[in-house]
Order: sequence, then structure tokens, then C-alpha cells
Amino acid sequence: MSFTAPVATGRSTTGIPTARLAMWWLLASEIVIFGGLVAVYLLLRLHNPGWGEEASHTNVWAGAINTFVLLTSSYFIVLGHKYSELKETEKANKFMLLTVLFGFIFLIVKAYEYTTEIMHGFTLFKSVFWSFYYVATAIHATHVIVGMLAIYLISRGVKKGKNLHRTEVVGIYWHFVDIVWIFLFPLLYIAK
Amino acid sequence: MVLLVVSIVGPFFGILALTLITAFGIALVKAWMVASYFMHLNVEKKYIWWLLLGTLLFVVTLFAGMAPDVLVSEGLNWKNCMVDNTCVPQRL
Repeated sequence: MSFTAPVATGRSTTGIPTARLAMWWLLASEIVIFGGLVAVYLLLRLHNPGWGEEASHTNVWAGAINTFVLLTSSYFIVLGHKYSELKETEKANKFMLLTVLFGFIFLIVKAYEYTTEIMHGFTLFKSVFWSFYYVATAIHATHVIVGMLAIYLISRGVKKGKNLHRTEVVGIYWHFVDIVWIFLFPLLYIAK
Repeated sequence: MVLLVVSIVGPFFGILALTLITAFGIALVKAWMVASYFMHLNVEKKYIWWLLLGTLLFVVTLFAGMAPDVLVSEGLNWKNCMVDNTCVPQRL
């Protein structure tokens, strides 16, 4: 197949495709949401060294597996984007569905973690650390679910060869969700 | 994968500087790589960088604005009574 111009460069009044610009604006607002949460967490963590002991009860290996799973899913959506650009819709659809599958694996591991932590008495109201833990990871998991739904819906169109540029836009969102986890992992799991 | 393993193993030594470098330093490197190569920020228009850095500035301002209140417990003519539980209950 010969190389064609990227499909995502079709519409533009600002130098970049409008849909992609809208996604960057959305992510700019998301930076404030997650950034605010992380900033307050850091302040309280620095003020309360005892939080290190609380953090030692989080499951590092589950967090590490989820980091690997999300990074791999990010790679899959990159491949989905690549095949969308090449208009190889079957392959693009396949990698988008793999991304959704890995998002699902992430949620299963998270659910396992929540279950074991709650069974050991580490609930939302046990301490401020655990409140932060549940709020931050739950907001992030909500973003994962929204991303999975968006990727699945867009993949249905991609399979029919429609709106291929949306693969890149939803991919940018998915990578942002990945980046948020990259920072939550050391904050909540590694730093004891 | 290598970066992930290093970020997990590093903090086991219990050295603060090593923890900061291996956990948070590597997180920064990973985030940079995802943003640059997966999100294509390395070839994106420069004003997108400014847009994202502008919102990061809001976060830094939030942190800097609150840090003195949270991290400092007393100054020249004041003391945070919440630290040693000496606050006098206020009646409305």
C-alpha cells in the first residue's frame, strides 16, 4: 500500500486539526484536576512522614503490573493510530480492541487490590492517606473506563472506514491517562 | 520495562536520594517519553506546549501558595495551634 497523507490533517484552522486541538484543551483542564490532587497530596505527605508507613500497605506488584499493562495498551493504541493512517482498518480495529482489553485487565487488577485492601481494613475513611489513595485511583479508574468506552465506540466506526482521524484523538487521551498513572504509581505505591 | 524494574527496586535500599531518583526521576522520564513519542508532542505546534505548561503553572502556584501554611508550623509572631492542639474553641 502506498503512503497517503495522514487522515488527521484534513480539517484545520489553527495549524492543527480541530478535533486534536479540542483534545489538548480537554487535557489542559485535566492537568489542573490531577495536578491539584497530586499537589495537595505532596504537601500533606511532606507534612506527615507517617504516611510512609501507610503507603507500605499498598500492593507494589499489583501497581507495577498495572503500570506495565497501561504502557502496553498505550503502545497498542499507537499501532491502532498507525494503521488508521494507512487506512488498514481491520488491523486498526484489532489494536484498538486490544487497547480496550488491556484497560479491562487494568481494572480487574485494581478491583483485586481494592478488595484485598478493604478486607484488611484499609477503607476510605481509615486515614487521610487512604482517602487520597481511593479518591485518586478511583478518579483515574473512571478516566480509564471513559477511555475504554470512547475507544470501543470509535473502533466500530474505524472498522467501517469512517472517521479514522478519531483514532489519534482518542489515543492522545489514552496516553494522558497512562501518564497520570505513571505519577500515581511512585506516589502511592513506591515511596514508603 | 527496565525503567519500571529500576523504579521498583531503587526504593528498597531505603536511601531518600536514591528513592527520589529511581521512583520520581524515572516517572518523569517515562512521562516524557510517552508525551514526546506516543502523543507526538515532539512534533506538535509550539503553542500546545505553552497551553499545557500554562496549566502546569497553575498547579505549581497552588502548591507554592499553600506550602507555607501546611509545612511551616510557627513564625516570628504566630504559631499554628493545630500542631500541638492548643487552639481555643471558638463560640459562634
